[in-house]
Amino acid sequence: MKNSESPVSIRNLSVAYHRKPVLREIDYDAPEGELIGIIGPNGAGKSTLIKAVLGLLPRASGDVYIYGKSYREQRHLVGYVPQRESVDWDFPTHALDVVLMGRYGKLGWFKRPGAKDREFAMSCLQKVGMEAFAMRQISQLSGGQQQRVFLARALAQDAHIYFMDEPFVGVDAATEKAIIQVLTELKDKGKTVLVVHHDLQTVQEYFDSVLLLNMRLIASGSTKEAFTTENLQKTYGGRLTILPDSQELLLTR
Amino acid sequence: MDLLQTMNQFLDNPNAFWVLAGTTILGLCSGVLGSFAFLRKRGLMGDVLAHAALPGICLAFLLTGSKNPILFLIGATITGLVASLCIQWITKYSRIKEDTALSIVLSVFFGAGIVLLTFIQHSENGNQSGLDKFLFGQSAAMVRDDLLVMGIVATALIVVCTILFKELKLLCFDIAYGKSIGFPMGKIDFMFMFLLVVAVVIGLQAAGVVLMAALLITPAAAARYWTERLDRMVIISAVLGALSGGLGTFISAIGYRLSTGPLIVLSATTFFLISMLFAPKRGLLARWIRRMRTRRQVVEDQWFENIFTLSERTGCNQWTDKELYAQYPALSKQRKLLSRLVKQGYIIMELQANGEYQISLTQTGWNKAYETILYKRMLEVWMMHENEIDGVVQQYANGMNREIPKEVVPQLQSLLKKHNRMPTLPRLGEEVL
Repeated sequence: MKNSESPVSIRNLSVAYHRKPVLREIDYDAPEGELIGIIGPNGAGKSTLIKAVLGLLPRASGDVYIYGKSYREQRHLVGYVPQRESVDWDFPTHALDVVLMGRYGKLGWFKRPGAKDREFAMSCLQKVGMEAFAMRQISQLSGGQQQRVFLARALAQDAHIYFMDEPFVGVDAATEKAIIQVLTELKDKGKTVLVVHHDLQTVQEYFDSVLLLNMRLIASGSTKEAFTTENLQKTYGGRLTILPDSQELLLTR
Repeated sequence: MDLLQTMNQFLDNPNAFWVLAGTTILGLCSGVLGSFAFLRKRGLMGDVLAHAALPGICLAFLLTGSKNPILFLIGATITGLVASLCIQWITKYSRIKEDTALSIVLSVFFGAGIVLLTFIQHSENGNQSGLDKFLFGQSAAMVRDDLLVMGIVATALIVVCTILFKELKLLCFDIAYGKSIGFPMGKIDFMFMFLLVVAVVIGLQAAGVVLMAALLITPAAAARYWTERLDRMVIISAVLGALSGGLGTFISAIGYRLSTGPLIVLSATTFFLISMLFAPKRGLLARWIRRMRTRRQVVEDQWFENIFTLSERTGCNQWTDKELYAQYPALSKQRKLLSRLVKQGYIIMELQANGEYQISLTQTGWNKAYETILYKRMLEVWMMHENEIDGVVQQYANGMNREIPKEVVPQLQSLLKKHNRMPTLPRLGEEVL
């Protein structure tokens, strides 16, 4: 049943809020060393899928394996970038300190981050082009810069698999560039990255494979094979208009 | 001299010294715990926990018949925790929001406490129980044993907070992330709630059920104004809490037999008001000054820009005020600006026979106008070509930093030429570009 080769394998996963099921019977094996886009309309359960895999939400049923073992055992292999809005940015701390939180998992209880952790966190800030802002209070950063700080924090976890929840939402061009660069670097190092993504225009450019989701798994596989007009129509339930003769996708309500 | 004498008298009284030490330690401890409660957005929780402690204290007395502070502590802690669990359950399993849950639980537990209190007072030995002092606090009634318990517990709380500093920071900033990297955030949250209950309970005797929450939250809210770092905020909050405790006790001891608890809270509030108004950077005054400065800067920039484009267009370099206002009606509201610019030596204004002013730029004024327009246009083309140029344009565009880095200037200048936005008039004392 379980696939010990795959970095993330999801078996028969269902999630329910109160009475309403949000995700039904998801089966998925992530290919290793690829950038994977999790695509679907609003309310399709994209973030829910990530949170259920990470154990942040209770699962109604199903199992998740990270390299064939339970998430609990393999937690140190997994990095997470939550949505930027999930925290209050008027917290009394600076960017470097937030990135240092990425080291907390490796430090364990009670131990404080040391000089080596600081050095490592600085190098992560450098990777996202934010080293000049290390000591800046986090509420004084722009939205895109805050997103990059979150990305740097996940990099500080030094993981093998990364889950990112809508990192491209509401960011400036420089941030988008920085994120893409980081994603490519991660991929070159053989790491697997799953990204919740909204913008259909950029899917083909950014991702090697996709997972189309709308409360259930619609299709998954390499972008070439799975990101087709037919599958997108199924995912967006007719809310999608595709102009003939062009690759442009238009989302209509 | 008078004050010194009173202080000496005050310190000579051993009981007063114990009370002072007790309230100071108490302020210190609630300042530390309060910082985390404040950042965890649990400000009202302290109030609920304080009110919920009352039935616990009464039950402890009813069941054991003793006035041992440790038994009171245990009873109050138990009912406090039950109250916090009730709130968690209500928000989790019903559709009721947290604010409603807080007020329901607070009033139910406090109501139960008052019922038990009146029951005790009407019973045989109830009058001597002295439990009513928990309502409003009565620190003068504290004896050495109370203070020993208080001191030991407060020290333990501060030590635990220091050891778990990293975990508490994670709890206050980003619970979901903490969970994802393997910390049992639910348990840490419960443990923090437990620490908070204990902090509230040891403070009850001094500050009372009704006022305890203020002692917890006010120093933290004040401390937040002074710093942008959590460790410093906790220390400042602790110091402010301790000062409030000490000051309140001192005032109550030297004069007029005023009740200590309320004076402590009033002292804390005074510190809060001072912080809110006068703290650098975050304080209201500092923010007001900053806003006025930015406003002035914007108006001044606009003025120089308008003047420069007018010269570019007309070739003229002096105007009467009427001509200027006809071109730019918005400028007519900025009369103060003109006199300031004259004082700074940027412009010359001459009253003419017909009652109009003749306005012309000095050399420094002209060069200032040139710099302003160049900066503005460089930003314009930078934003248009953001993707082709390294560096982050945002940090320059919002006016926080008016120095455009040298390495992008040549690139921006060639773009200016391409878009025909290069200033057509030169700086004074320079060749035409």
